[in-house]
Amino acid sequence: MAIDFFINLAYLLGAIGFVWGLRLLSSPDTARRGNFYAGIGMILAIIATLATPIEGANNNYAWIFGGIIVGSIAGGISARRIQMTAMPQMVSIFNGLGGACAVVLAMVELVNMSNPSPGAIGIALLTLFIGGVAFTGSLLAFAKLQGLVWDSTITLPKHNIVNIVLLIATVVVGVLLYLQGAELGTGLLLIFMGMTLIYGFSFVAPIGGADMPVVISLLNSFTGLSAAAAGLIYNNQIMLVGGILVGASGTILTVLMCEAMNRSLINVLIGGFGGGASGGAKGTGDQVAKEVTLNDAAIQLFYSQSVMIVPGYGLAVAQAQKVCKEVDDLLEANGVDVKYAIHPVAGRMPGHMNVLLAEADVPYPKLLDLDDANSALPNTDIVVVVGANDVVNPAALDDPGSPIYGMPVLNVWEAKHVIVLKRSMSPGYAGIQNPLFFHDKNKMLFGDAKDSLGKIVSELKNL
Amino acid sequence: MDTIYEFFNSNLLLIYLLIFTIILGFELISKVPTVLHTPLMSGANAISGVVIIGAILLIRQAEPDDFLTLSLGFLGVVLGMVNVAGGFAVTDRMLEMFKKKKAKK
Repeated sequence: MAIDFFINLAYLLGAIGFVWGLRLLSSPDTARRGNFYAGIGMILAIIATLATPIEGANNNYAWIFGGIIVGSIAGGISARRIQMTAMPQMVSIFNGLGGACAVVLAMVELVNMSNPSPGAIGIALLTLFIGGVAFTGSLLAFAKLQGLVWDSTITLPKHNIVNIVLLIATVVVGVLLYLQGAELGTGLLLIFMGMTLIYGFSFVAPIGGADMPVVISLLNSFTGLSAAAAGLIYNNQIMLVGGILVGASGTILTVLMCEAMNRSLINVLIGGFGGGASGGAKGTGDQVAKEVTLNDAAIQLFYSQSVMIVPGYGLAVAQAQKVCKEVDDLLEANGVDVKYAIHPVAGRMPGHMNVLLAEADVPYPKLLDLDDANSALPNTDIVVVVGANDVVNPAALDDPGSPIYGMPVLNVWEAKHVIVLKRSMSPGYAGIQNPLFFHDKNKMLFGDAKDSLGKIVSELKNL
Repeated sequence: MDTIYEFFNSNLLLIYLLIFTIILGFELISKVPTVLHTPLMSGANAISGVVIIGAILLIRQAEPDDFLTLSLGFLGVVLGMVNVAGGFAVTDRMLEMFKKKKAKK
């Protein structure tokens, strides 16, 4: 009796750890503690599960501890080794593995079930379906972010119709399995699993690379839901609570991200970008972008009153955050007011830029969000765009034909001057041309962001 | 129809738990500053690794000579544990950088 009490208490504390952890994670000052509490909650839940007396169970602890050790080492090492720029991919991979775990559980349960109730079969099939989509979907999101796969190579003609057909077919097979009830055909079950895995790939395939943050967040909530469904199989409350919490919070986060881009979730999932690209490129064909020399750029920056840096994915790719901070320090030493404008979807994940700049020790108050930045921009002397593109595209405001029309952007052209650091004139991730490059106030500084900023640093030191 | 009434009546507590947890999840997240979206997503992702509990229960209830189930359960534990350990570690790494900067100021 007493052992049951302590085990249930541990589960309860574990669930409180999750809830309290998520709560503390919502504020910068307490976030780290929040993550710690959630981790403690998880450890409590695992210990309680190991200690639960199960009548007639063989326990097989060696297998469990073996798995825990292998998993901890693999997860811990990859988390420590990963470059900060590759973080979104890492989260995606971890998420996919959670989904894969749910798939394995559901398969074993479905095959081993003796005399299952219709409800149990339904729940296991649901776990399998959601987990499977989260698994392969996350893998493809990883591959896209890592640049291993390009959108165009994996998208079939009329892909959205293919997706709908595939979804309906998968659901039909699932219903067939459900109706078979106790005499579950293993062959059909394997076909169902295969279809969910294919659907996961196919689901993410048409979604543009720039929308990957939204997709990862959505898949994260899927994994949560599959964990919750698995919790119903095992009649385990903490799996249910943890899974539902993640499912609900992931959904809200997804919606928040879509709102930041002023698009609906459906629009993102259908793959709004890319398809309408032809409309966005009009009228800029024969215009010429002006270039600025390093020396001019450095002098302009040095003698300005206020500078706004707009970082984008290019900053992350070039690992330029430290050099960026160096430029900032040199300018501040000369009395220039340096601020950073962070667009909600700059980079590949919300908060991506904040994390990178925090790594370079840029103080938090220097980072302005979209609204603050836009009200400060008209009084800014120079805007330096470092590897950002779509988030400073004026077409979003004035070209209804553009695929990103309606997305809030940083109105950098309202500042007195703009310098864009970029490797080439190629379009950004959304695959559309940027009229900003041809704007009167704008000058281009071609080259790798880290390289260019490094040269600006040496120019500044010579002044 | 009777089965639905029956299901609802006998699982009332579970249904309460589900609904309140969903509301709690929505409420917790709707007031988060953008800065914390990535760490939060990562932390939530680590929590979704709670599915590992299922894999542990699976192994514990398996026969010692049922190597197929044991191996699959082992695979499940490894996958879930990578999700958990990696997820919390990556989140901590992200948040560590916020803290370091705070201390300096």
